[in-house]
Amino acid sequence: MTLQEGRVVSRAVTRPAPPSRRGARLGVGKWVLPIYAAIAFVFLLIPIAYTFVFSFNDSVKSNIVWRGFTFDKWLNVCDQIDVCVAFGNSLIIGITATIAATILGTMIAIALVRYRFRFRSAISLLLFLPMATPEVVLGAGLAAEFLGAGVQKGLGTIIIAHTMFCVSFVVVTVKARVSTLDPALEEAGRDLYGSPNQVFWRVTFPLLLPGIIAAALLSFALSFDDFIITNFNAGTTSTFPKYIYISAARGIPAEANVIASAVFFLAIILVLAAQISSAVKRKRLAKVG
Amino acid sequence: MASGAFAESGADLELVGIQKRFPGFTAIEHLDLTIPAGSFFALLGPSGCGKTTTLRLVAGLEDPTEGKILIGGKDVTNLKPYQRQVNTVFQSYALFPHMTVLENVAFGLRRRRIDDAVGKAHEALRLVELDHLSARKPQQLSGGQQQRVALARAIVNRPALLLLDEPLGALDLKLRRQMQLELKSIQEEVGLTFVHVTHDQEEAMTMADTVAVMNKGEIEQLGAPEELYELPRTAFVANFLGQSNLFTGHVSGSTSSSISVDVEGTKITVPTKRAQRHKGEVTVGVRPEKLHLHKDAPKKSPDINTLGPGRIIDVSFSGVSTQYMIAIPGIGTVSVFQQNMTFGPLAGEGAEVWVSWNVDHGFGLEDEPSPTPRFPADTDTATIAVQKKRALMSELEEA
Amino acid sequence: MAFSAFATGTAQEQAPRRKSKIALLLLLPGILYLMLFFLVPLVSLVITSFQAPVPYGDIGEFQTAFKWQNYVDVVNTYGEHILRSFGYAILATIFALLFSYPLAYFIGVKARRWPLLQNLMLVLVIAPFFISFLLRTLAWKSILSDESFVISGLKALSLMAPDAHFTGTAAAVVFGLTYNFIPFMTLPLYSNLQQLDTRLLEAGSDLYSTPSKTFFKVTVPLSMTGIVSGVLLTFIPAAGDYINASRDFLGGTGTAMIGNVIESNFLVTLNYPVAAALSIILMAVILVMVTVYVKRSGTEDLL
Ligand SMILES: Nc1ncnc2c1ncn2[C@@H]1O[C@H](COP(=O)(O)OP(=O)(O)O)[C@@H](O)[C@H]1O
Ligand SMILES: [Mg+2]
Repeated sequence: MTLQEGRVVSRAVTRPAPPSRRGARLGVGKWVLPIYAAIAFVFLLIPIAYTFVFSFNDSVKSNIVWRGFTFDKWLNVCDQIDVCVAFGNSLIIGITATIAATILGTMIAIALVRYRFRFRSAISLLLFLPMATPEVVLGAGLAAEFLGAGVQKGLGTIIIAHTMFCVSFVVVTVKARVSTLDPALEEAGRDLYGSPNQVFWRVTFPLLLPGIIAAALLSFALSFDDFIITNFNAGTTSTFPKYIYISAARGIPAEANVIASAVFFLAIILVLAAQISSAVKRKRLAKVG
Repeated sequence: MASGAFAESGADLELVGIQKRFPGFTAIEHLDLTIPAGSFFALLGPSGCGKTTTLRLVAGLEDPTEGKILIGGKDVTNLKPYQRQVNTVFQSYALFPHMTVLENVAFGLRRRRIDDAVGKAHEALRLVELDHLSARKPQQLSGGQQQRVALARAIVNRPALLLLDEPLGALDLKLRRQMQLELKSIQEEVGLTFVHVTHDQEEAMTMADTVAVMNKGEIEQLGAPEELYELPRTAFVANFLGQSNLFTGHVSGSTSSSISVDVEGTKITVPTKRAQRHKGEVTVGVRPEKLHLHKDAPKKSPDINTLGPGRIIDVSFSGVSTQYMIAIPGIGTVSVFQQNMTFGPLAGEGAEVWVSWNVDHGFGLEDEPSPTPRFPADTDTATIAVQKKRALMSELEEA
Repeated sequence: MAFSAFATGTAQEQAPRRKSKIALLLLLPGILYLMLFFLVPLVSLVITSFQAPVPYGDIGEFQTAFKWQNYVDVVNTYGEHILRSFGYAILATIFALLFSYPLAYFIGVKARRWPLLQNLMLVLVIAPFFISFLLRTLAWKSILSDESFVISGLKALSLMAPDAHFTGTAAAVVFGLTYNFIPFMTLPLYSNLQQLDTRLLEAGSDLYSTPSKTFFKVTVPLSMTGIVSGVLLTFIPAAGDYINASRDFLGGTGTAMIGNVIESNFLVTLNYPVAAALSIILMAVILVMVTVYVKRSGTEDLL
């Protein structure tokens, strides 16, 4: 609403502006930013395009020189069994860590917004620090702890590590949602004969769900792409990023590009679908209102 | 759980010695209030005086620091909100955005496992003439429609007591007038006890059977609208409910039926039964529309109070009437409303005039006129903030 | 979004006082988890950093000691790497800010009239997140390798010396860091600029300020919280990164950063005390820099 007003005001104000400045704005100056943005996007997308194109390379071992087009790698991804195993591990880790971090983080977020308690600032600091700590330090610290405790590194230690660094991000994301929630809605629930339990599951939880889903997606993305912390706590277990790191020296098979591209397009489609559905919803609301 | 039955009819509400303290701030000092069953009761007061807090106490959304709440004679002070036969129409409506209109209205019935929740919800929606929109989400409704859904969602439960917290505050003037009439007729139709909170004096007076004027967490005066208007008991009520001309002076004489007050040499007479205090320093007043304006000194009469001469310092035309501000030496500025029976003002700015009114129209207040103002200015916000913080910290220490 | 991580509002004010038993129940699991797997590791890093080798022990065998000397040794041996890390990270942060600000301004302010386009551009900004960090870095390595048409083209145009390389140089590492952390910079800037009240800019020009003066006196100060969040979100991971500087990626023999040293000491030579001491130094320097930076930019309430 304020934006709308702002725009109306701006139109009213700019109209009588001196012609010289207006001329400048309508001239070259007007196109500088759009052109810059277009170039910036091309720059951002170059490596993605490269990775995608080289997923069709008819490469033998390393995938650096272009040797002709083929669909082979897309159709037989798991010919390179190590890539598939690593990818599978990454999925298992991502899903498990996401579920754990989302549950822990959501509980903390609700407590932070809805309750008052002692040590509040200490707890906020404890939640903030993991985000402000470089990944090498997180990774090395956990590894030192596992070493000291004599824990065998593997899938389990990776999941523990990923859950740890995802919790803070979940808290931040869900907290933003909780604090925009009108407390009157829950009060209305209580007023309308809902017991505390019913109010939580029928009012609070459905309203928090978009925030919780966003937090879960973010956690999964962070976990799936993490390499640094994983590297310190993986032992001999392979994950998709770790596989790429290890193969980097001797050449990455095109199958890795296939998996990365597939994940990329899946994610983009999900995001676009969400955007379009919310745009459609907005339009429908606008029409009625 | 609340019993699965509807309230038979409205119940009366009794607040006994209620006090409500927030950390570092006392919102309600001492509140006694009885609201009879089946009435349309308005709680009127300026913003921040504790109206919402009072409603939240009744609904069970806050616990009183002290005192008791009785609904239909039953002590509910320690009951949870969902155990009380009370429903609220929230200031912001608080409609559940993830449910349809129908689901919103049926929510309370379903929680209480009442048969045919959907049918009853449709019935309530028909009452507010919104049944055709029952499948929509609240966001797809206009402000007035949302307000009516909130009303339907509350009355469908047939609560003993319906609390409305400035339910019309977010609507524009025209819609507000229309909704005022609708609310009133719905109340008459369903026969529930309505407690309607508002800061709009006109709204309170047109809708309610009984109005309680609240100020700084206390009830200043309670009564029928006309009674409050014609016979305000305190300066606050006299000025919050319409306008008043107030004069302070010593009681200089009294007869069996009236008292006379000496205001800087001018005698003002007030009927004894319309005055709350009968000796010493008192404040008396009269409504501006009860005053007459004269270009010549009016004849003295024991039934008429006369002030003047004074000078008109402002004339403002407002359609139905014209307001004259008259500066009278020694007395101050007096405001007069004159109906516009003729074209043009009776007298222009700067003209010398007298005012008079029938003695029966005056009233005497119960306030103690004192050199310090009765309502001292609020402490500045910085101090309040510091106090609040200290109290909070000490409370956290205890916890 | 997590990118507002550094701009957490205080909900403390409204937080009503309710049964703290429930609060405890909600907090306990997560907080215990973080204590066990974040705080304890930090402590064990500190302990490890003071350890001394077991006399006549195997490689990787250390015992608890109080060997301050570790820190002195580390700074003497790896001082160069430490400085290099922060130098690269600062450069990458500056470049990312210069790259991102106009982009974020365009998306957040100029494109307001077209919400669909705005959303699409946001998707493009975060698109690199969706493809493996390592793969996109490797893609740049290939695109900018000596045989690539980009570099051979530059050489043909005599814009680069015929025997010069790009990959393996400090410039390549800074380039890689910049590229990889651009989204971290753009998103917080965008979410801040998107709330910018353009009427304030009108007010600026109404008060006889030139467009560039308005930009530096009104727009930039108003977007300070966004800049601070973006800078922190870029600088912290960039300072600790070791992928871009690794020899298999964009780095060379002379570009190793502190992360590379920590990794090789911890995972290859099993020299745990050195890795731990370096980690503690990295963390301490970052915390000090972040605190000073946040204090100086006048956005203390961010933390
Ligand atoms: N939760 C609370 N904590 C502290 N003070 C409060 C709280 N709720 C209300 N108050 C204070 O109590 C006073 C009365 O508030 P309220 O009942 O909302 O007023 P009204 O509805 O009449 O405008 C206000 O001064 C308000 O600041
Ligand atoms: Mg209120």
